Amino acid sequence: MASVQPDSSAESLIRVENLCKTYSLDNGINGTVNSQVLYDVSLNINRGEFVAIMGHSGSGKSTLMNLLGCLDTPTSGHYWLAGRDVAALPENELARVRNHTIGFVFQGFNLLKRMTALDNVATPLLYAGVGRAESRRRALELLRQTGLGNFAAYQPNQLSGGQQQRVAISRALVNNPQLILADEPTGNLDTQTSGEIMAVFERLNREQGITIVLVTHENDIAAYAHRLVRLKDGRVVHDGGVTA
Amino acid sequence: MNLLAIIGEALRALRLNRLRTGLTMLGMIIGVAAVVLMLSIGQGAQTTVNQAIASMGSNLFIVLPGATSSGAMRQSSGSAQTLTLGDAQAVTNLPSIKAVAPIITGTAQLNYGANNWSTVVTGVTPDYFKVRNWSTEDGEVFSDTDFRSAARVVVLGQVTAKNLFGDEDPTGKTIRIKKSPFLVTGVLAAKGQSLDGRDQDDSVFIPLTTGQRQIFGSQFPGTIRFMMVQGKSVEVMDEAESEINQLLRQRHRLAEGTDSDFTVRNMAALAAVATGAAKVMSLMLGAIASVSLLVGGIGIMNIMLVSVTERTREIGIRMAIGANRRAILTQFLLEALVICILGGLVGVALGIGGAWAVSRAADMAVVITLGMVGLAFLFASAVGIFFGFYPARKAAALRPVEALRYE
Ligand SMILES: Nc1ncnc2c1ncn2[C@@H]1O[C@H](COP(=O)(O)OP(=O)(O)OP(=O)(O)O)[C@@H](O)[C@H]1O
Ligand SMILES: [Mg+2]
Repeated sequence: MASVQPDSSAESLIRVENLCKTYSLDNGINGTVNSQVLYDVSLNINRGEFVAIMGHSGSGKSTLMNLLGCLDTPTSGHYWLAGRDVAALPENELARVRNHTIGFVFQGFNLLKRMTALDNVATPLLYAGVGRAESRRRALELLRQTGLGNFAAYQPNQLSGGQQQRVAISRALVNNPQLILADEPTGNLDTQTSGEIMAVFERLNREQGITIVLVTHENDIAAYAHRLVRLKDGRVVHDGGVTA
Repeated sequence: MNLLAIIGEALRALRLNRLRTGLTMLGMIIGVAAVVLMLSIGQGAQTTVNQAIASMGSNLFIVLPGATSSGAMRQSSGSAQTLTLGDAQAVTNLPSIKAVAPIITGTAQLNYGANNWSTVVTGVTPDYFKVRNWSTEDGEVFSDTDFRSAARVVVLGQVTAKNLFGDEDPTGKTIRIKKSPFLVTGVLAAKGQSLDGRDQDDSVFIPLTTGQRQIFGSQFPGTIRFMMVQGKSVEVMDEAESEINQLLRQRHRLAEGTDSDFTVRNMAALAAVATGAAKVMSLMLGAIASVSLLVGGIGIMNIMLVSVTERTREIGIRMAIGANRRAILTQFLLEALVICILGGLVGVALGIGGAWAVSRAADMAVVITLGMVGLAFLFASAVGIFFGFYPARKAAALRPVEALRYE
């Protein structure tokens, strides 16, 4: 596992090695201050895995997720996504990766305001160059699958939190991603709705073999996953069984 | 990336903020309308001047009595009575001169039946119409015989004919000038405005002899108001000018070194000045209008910058789901461009409407050309791209994580 070479086995979807992230802040008092948030994080996640990431607030979970999602670039270290070295890709290529390979689900839903659920779900396809009619057809199909077939014309502010998160999940799925990254997807939801959302993830993982990485603070949410990664102060302190 | 889809996104964003979009567009509308209006007024002025110059006749001098001194104001030209019919006849025989038209003028009351009209009565020789290149629309101008015999005949300008006769045909009828009967021999073709803005069609012409003896009385017998002198060609105009000066000084017995008691003006030079002035005016109008277009453009930039800040999170979301920098840049640029193009269309319509209203209300000639409309439109689009680019680039340069984190 200590190899610096990319893992060429078809099994590996995410492979990071010695990932570091340092934020530079200008606090206005003593000039630029560097604060390291991730220290040498190495991880391998195979296709079809369902991984939960836990850790205290500020331990660097979101920072890691942003790096895995190609929303941010590491200060140092390597990242191979689906066998491809993405740590050094230019922003345009990263946008392509986000569009084609990754689906995001956020704690705050992050839907586009004043836009119908259907249009929200169809938007990634717009950037993928899919025609409007086809985009809408696929978006509607996904809304149906997540049980929102009747809410296609609703705007986010007309939907409940659980419904909004389903719209977000539909959006994440619309371009057939290999990986879903969910940063505290149930953080804003009650226990029952959380269970429903987790059931959706669980089914996607089981039936479609989509790799899922999710961040949570709650043990019963993490229990849906098959593997647990625990971070502490920017370091991986546990990687293995869920009951840790 | 699908351009059509991105246009759709841009239009949607603009629709969501109708009031703001409308107000921003208003800046553009006013700018473009002002440009179209100002250009059309400027162009109209140029056209008017060009027509006036064309209606003047070619290779013309005007010889006025009285001196023009470049130093102190002496006697303004035209106020003295130093030019005579004899002077005019003498000038005719100069080698570089083609024709001479001595002129006397005065205002008089005209009557035809119950209609009366007060206008400028001009006494001329038959050559006048040749020098001015002015033909009749109906009937004939008076003849040399009429001139020599000081006959009571008159040629009417279009406007005067209309005012006295209405729809009736004036040729062969008799009108009264200062109560004396005059036979109308013809009506002149329309000539339009002169350089000094007078309507040349509101005029009547009688033989100079008749005017001197019967209408304007014996106030200054034998003198004329001024004369128009036509050179043989453009090339001999300088020679012609010195010939006239020499001859008239000699005839007026002016000693070497004294001021002339007449003034020779080359109309081509005057025309050049007028054309230049009209050009400068339309340039200035255009420049003033461009400033408002510029202000409109800055308005667009301002609003787009606010919009980028406000929609930072939206931009982050779009990037997270796969929008690349080009897509974001294109969307914001399109938003600015749509404002400009729609504003430009409305502005052009408003400018044309305004030009029409001005031409109606102020009785001014306005000219709208397709090129002018195209220019205003092109200018508007350029403003959109120019002022839309910076905010759009700012939006596209955002980093996805930071945009997503933005509160
Ligand atoms: N843009 C940034 N600039 C500077 N420091 C940052 C930035 N983003 C995060 N940090 C710092 O990095 C550390 C980890 O933040 P991160 O958001 O990854 O924590 P987290 O584990 O997701 O916490 P939570 O459970 O509360 O969401 C924090 O100390 C935070 O202050
Ligand atoms: Mg977090």
